[in-house]
Amino acid sequence: MSQAAVKTEESVIPDPYSLPLDEIDMGKAALYPAQAHWAYFERLRKEDPVHFCESEEFGPYWSITKFNDIVHVDTHHKQFSSEPQIVIGDAVDFQPPMFIAMDQPKHDVQRKVVTPAVSPVQLSEVEPMIRKRVGDVLDSLPVGETFNWVDLVSIELTTQMLATLFDFPFEERRKLTYWSDISASGPQVGDDSMTEEFRLQELTKCLEEFNALWQERKAQPRKNDFISLMAHHPDMQDMDPMEYLGNLMLLIVGGNDTTRNSMSGGVVALNQNPAEYDKLRADPSLIPNMVSEIIRWQTPLAHMRRNALEDVELGGKTIKKGDKVVMWYISGNRDDEVIDRPDDFIIDRPKARHHVSFGFGIHRCMGNRLAEMQIKILWEEILKRFSNVELVGEPVRVTSNFVMGYSDLPVKLHVK
Amino acid sequence: MVQVTYIEHNGTTHEVDATEGHSLMEVAIEKMIPGIDGDCGGACACATCHVFVDEAWLAKTGQKDDMETSMLEFAEGIEANSRLACQIKASADLDGIVVRIPESQH
Repeated sequence: MSQAAVKTEESVIPDPYSLPLDEIDMGKAALYPAQAHWAYFERLRKEDPVHFCESEEFGPYWSITKFNDIVHVDTHHKQFSSEPQIVIGDAVDFQPPMFIAMDQPKHDVQRKVVTPAVSPVQLSEVEPMIRKRVGDVLDSLPVGETFNWVDLVSIELTTQMLATLFDFPFEERRKLTYWSDISASGPQVGDDSMTEEFRLQELTKCLEEFNALWQERKAQPRKNDFISLMAHHPDMQDMDPMEYLGNLMLLIVGGNDTTRNSMSGGVVALNQNPAEYDKLRADPSLIPNMVSEIIRWQTPLAHMRRNALEDVELGGKTIKKGDKVVMWYISGNRDDEVIDRPDDFIIDRPKARHHVSFGFGIHRCMGNRLAEMQIKILWEEILKRFSNVELVGEPVRVTSNFVMGYSDLPVKLHVK
Repeated sequence: MVQVTYIEHNGTTHEVDATEGHSLMEVAIEKMIPGIDGDCGGACACATCHVFVDEAWLAKTGQKDDMETSMLEFAEGIEANSRLACQIKASADLDGIVVRIPESQH
């Protein structure tokens, strides 16, 4: 990794080795679109893997940067609470409850209500439909012309899937993308493009639309979509509107930003690693393994936050009761003590599933197998049609310390 | 060596020799037994090495701790004899143990 300072449009991001350790603040969102964070995390993993920072923006917090320490924090949910929320920044006055940001026992109860929608058995039933849709989207793309892969493929496919999971009106599915973007943006993740007031206003509109769907599903027999599952379950049917909104935000973001950016990340990774692209063309049976490697390499959600419920010793440091603790999944996935050649993208990597992108323990991603299936089908269908999804310009990345995403990925398709 | 029999959901049987001290998840991964994923690497933190322990062997495999119980609650198709294979270590006492693999891991 280069140790030179990285110059961005607004400012120069300093070389991490030029700073005193206590000035290293991984919450600074500008590090991520500039791809400057890699060198910072590398230094922290080497010199201060359990790192305390007094951030002006987010207040004091700990950064956990090594794979095994992340697993430790994630699996000790009685010491590290998921409440009140799972991103670095504290909400100002708008914080709808959602089960990812709850502890036991309520977390377990609510999570179990919605998991049938993404169970392996349910997924095998929807697989042919997903394949058909992926094929239709790929067949509609312009060949030989430059277009934005993020918009026409990654967003389109994930929003179609979300509309199905919620049984949301299909023609209006892009609203889900919009609400997801709003949910995962804002000052809490270092994004200053919108205020908390604007988020509240837009998410209130989201709640109004979903309230109508709730009433509709409640009046109908129970089905397997998320809304129907919640509306008919004794443990969730009496949720107050804010809790309903919170869980909607969780399920929308959980199914949107993550898979969307892994669909884009795969294109970036293969273009940056042409030998791996050749390996894939020669042997499409590598796709399932490659999917796990893409999810590790991209790490679509950079972190999850916890709050210490008691004093805990970790890596020679004492994390005090009440301290904010941030597990940097994006750094754990590049820890060379656990992952061999972690900066390399290797589609036939042994034990590719052994990554931290899905988290571990009781909050582990519940849509993981759906995500893997969607990305697998995407690449199977791409290889049937195209010899190359060629990246023809620089990827444009979003400014966030949470979502590792792309807003623009200019590509050109070459048919087989 | 400890003999372990894994039976896939489709009935395919794999009889393998396990090294003492290795977990039944590690043995399954080493021997390429399909149907056991072991995503978390043995940290009892993902529930993707869910197996059904044959009744005759259940008492010998010991008790589930809180974490294993928590993780199993999120797995699909749990039965009274469900265990996480990463939490069962191959030992002389378990020579001949039979475990069945569910249809899928989640």
